[in-house]
Amino acid sequence: MNRPVVEVRGLTVRYAGATALDGVDLTVGDGELVALIGANGAGKSTLVKALSGLVRPDAGQITVRGRLAQAPEGREVFGDLSVDDNLRLGGWRNGRRGRDTTAIYELLPELAGIRRRKAGKLSGGQQQMVAIGRALMARPEVLVVDELSLGLAPLIVATLVEHLRTLNAERGLAVLLIEQNARLALELCHRAYVLEAGRIVLSGEAAKLARDPRVTAAYLGGHVAAS
Amino acid sequence: MTDFLGYLLTGLGIGAGYALVASGLVAIYRVTRVVNFAQGAFAVIAAMLTGTLLAAGLPHGLAELAGLLVAAVTGLLVGMVAIGRSGTEPGTSLIVTLGMGVFAYAVEILIWGDQPRSFAGLPGVADVAGARLQAHYLLILGVTVPIFLAMAAFFARTDLGKALSACASNRYAARVVGIDVRRMGLLAFALGGALGGLAGVLTTPVQQVTFDSDVSLIVNGFAAAILGGLTRPAVALLGGLLLGVAQTLIAGYGGGAYQLEVALLLMLTVMIVQAARTGQVQEALR
Repeated sequence: MNRPVVEVRGLTVRYAGATALDGVDLTVGDGELVALIGANGAGKSTLVKALSGLVRPDAGQITVRGRLAQAPEGREVFGDLSVDDNLRLGGWRNGRRGRDTTAIYELLPELAGIRRRKAGKLSGGQQQMVAIGRALMARPEVLVVDELSLGLAPLIVATLVEHLRTLNAERGLAVLLIEQNARLALELCHRAYVLEAGRIVLSGEAAKLARDPRVTAAYLGGHVAAS
Repeated sequence: MTDFLGYLLTGLGIGAGYALVASGLVAIYRVTRVVNFAQGAFAVIAAMLTGTLLAAGLPHGLAELAGLLVAAVTGLLVGMVAIGRSGTEPGTSLIVTLGMGVFAYAVEILIWGDQPRSFAGLPGVADVAGARLQAHYLLILGVTVPIFLAMAAFFARTDLGKALSACASNRYAARVVGIDVRRMGLLAFALGGALGGLAGVLTTPVQQVTFDSDVSLIVNGFAAAILGGLTRPAVALLGGLLLGVAQTLIAGYGGGAYQLEVALLLMLTVMIVQAARTGQVQEALR
C-alpha cells in the first residue's frame, strides 16, 4: 500500500468509564477511498472526533500526514450564515488569503447559485454539499465524511458520491467515509473497516467485504451486493 | 409640543446609553450563550476611572479612552473567570458573572467610595426646533448610532466578525473548522466590556454614577436586549431608545419615580410574549 495519510494505532477512547473505542487500528492511504462501516453507537463518531482532535485518546496513536478536514455528522452548517460565509470559515486556519471561495464553486457548481442564501434554510442535500465544500476550503489531503447519506434521497446521495469520486480521481483527495449505509460505502470505496462495539471486527478490500457472509447478513440485509 | 420634543430627545440620549449596555450583553450572549450580569459594572468602572483621570488633569478624550480600555480589560477578566474553563455550562457562567458583579462593588467602594460621582461632559445647551436640552444628550446619540453601524459592519463584513457569529450559530461546527471558541468568547467579553464602558463614560455627565448604578443599567440594558432575543443588536438599539423615551415621557408628564418599573414591566411583557410564541426566552436563560 502507498504511504498512509492517516495512521491510527491501538486507539482507545473512554467516556466516564465506558469504552467507546478499544484498540482501533486503521489506515488511509494517499489518494485512497476508505469506508468505516458500523451501526449506531459502534464508535464511529468518536473516531471522527479523535481524528479531528476534538476528543483526547486514552491510549494509542493517531498520525495524520497533511491536513485532515471533516464534513461532520448532521452536516452542522452555520445556519445563520450564508453559504459563502460558511465556505470562507472553512478556510479559517488558512489566513485571509486562503479564504477565497472561487475554486469551491468550480468543484461544486450546485453551490454557486445559492451562495447568498442562509445555510439553515437549505435542503439536507444542499447542506451536505455546503459541509463538504466547507471542509474542502481547508485544502485537505484527507477528507472525513461522517454519514454522507443520512436522511438524504438516493438521487441526491448519488450526486454527492459522484463529486467525491471526481475529487478523488482528479485531485487525489483521500476520503474516509463513515457510513451506516454499507452498500453505498462498499460500492464507492477501495477498502473498508467494520466497527462493532468499539472494535474493528473486519477489514479488507471493499469488493471482498461486500461478498463476505458476515457483512451481507449484518449490513446488507442478507443480500449479496452485485459485483 | 416643545416639551414633548425635549423629552423625546432627552429620552433618546438616555436610551442610547441603555442600548450600549444592551449591545454589550448581545455581543457576549451571541458568542458564548452567557447572559453577563456583570455588564453594568463595566460602565461603572469606566465612568469612575474617567472621573478620576479628568480630576487628575487628563484631557477629555484621553481620559474616556483610558476608561474604555480598562473596561475592556475588566470584560476580559470577567470572561476568563466565567468561561475560562472549557465545558462550563452557560447557566453556571451566568452565576459567575453575577458574583463578579457583586465583587466589583467591593473593588469600586475600596477605590472610589460609596458617594455618587460625575464629571462634566459636552458643555452648553442645545436648541432643537424650540426644545432646549443639554447638548451632551446629542453627543450620546451622535456616538451611539455610528458605533452600532460599525458593529453591524464588523459582524457582517469581516471574517473575524463572521467567526464570532459562527460560534453563536454552531459551536461544534466552529470547533470543526478550527475556530478557537474559547478565545472568541473572551474576545466577545472584551468587546462587551468596551461597549459597557462606553455607556458609562457617555451617560455619567447627565446621570451621576454610584457603585450600584449597575443595577439600573443592567435592568434597562437587559430589557432592551431581550426584545431582540439577546441576539440582534439592531433590535437592542431600538429597544434601548424606546425604553429611554418611554421613561422620559412618563417622568416628564407623570411621576419621576417609576423609571425602573417601566423597564421591568417591558421586560416581563416581552419575555411572556416571546415565551408563548417561540420558547426563545427559556432557550436564552437555559
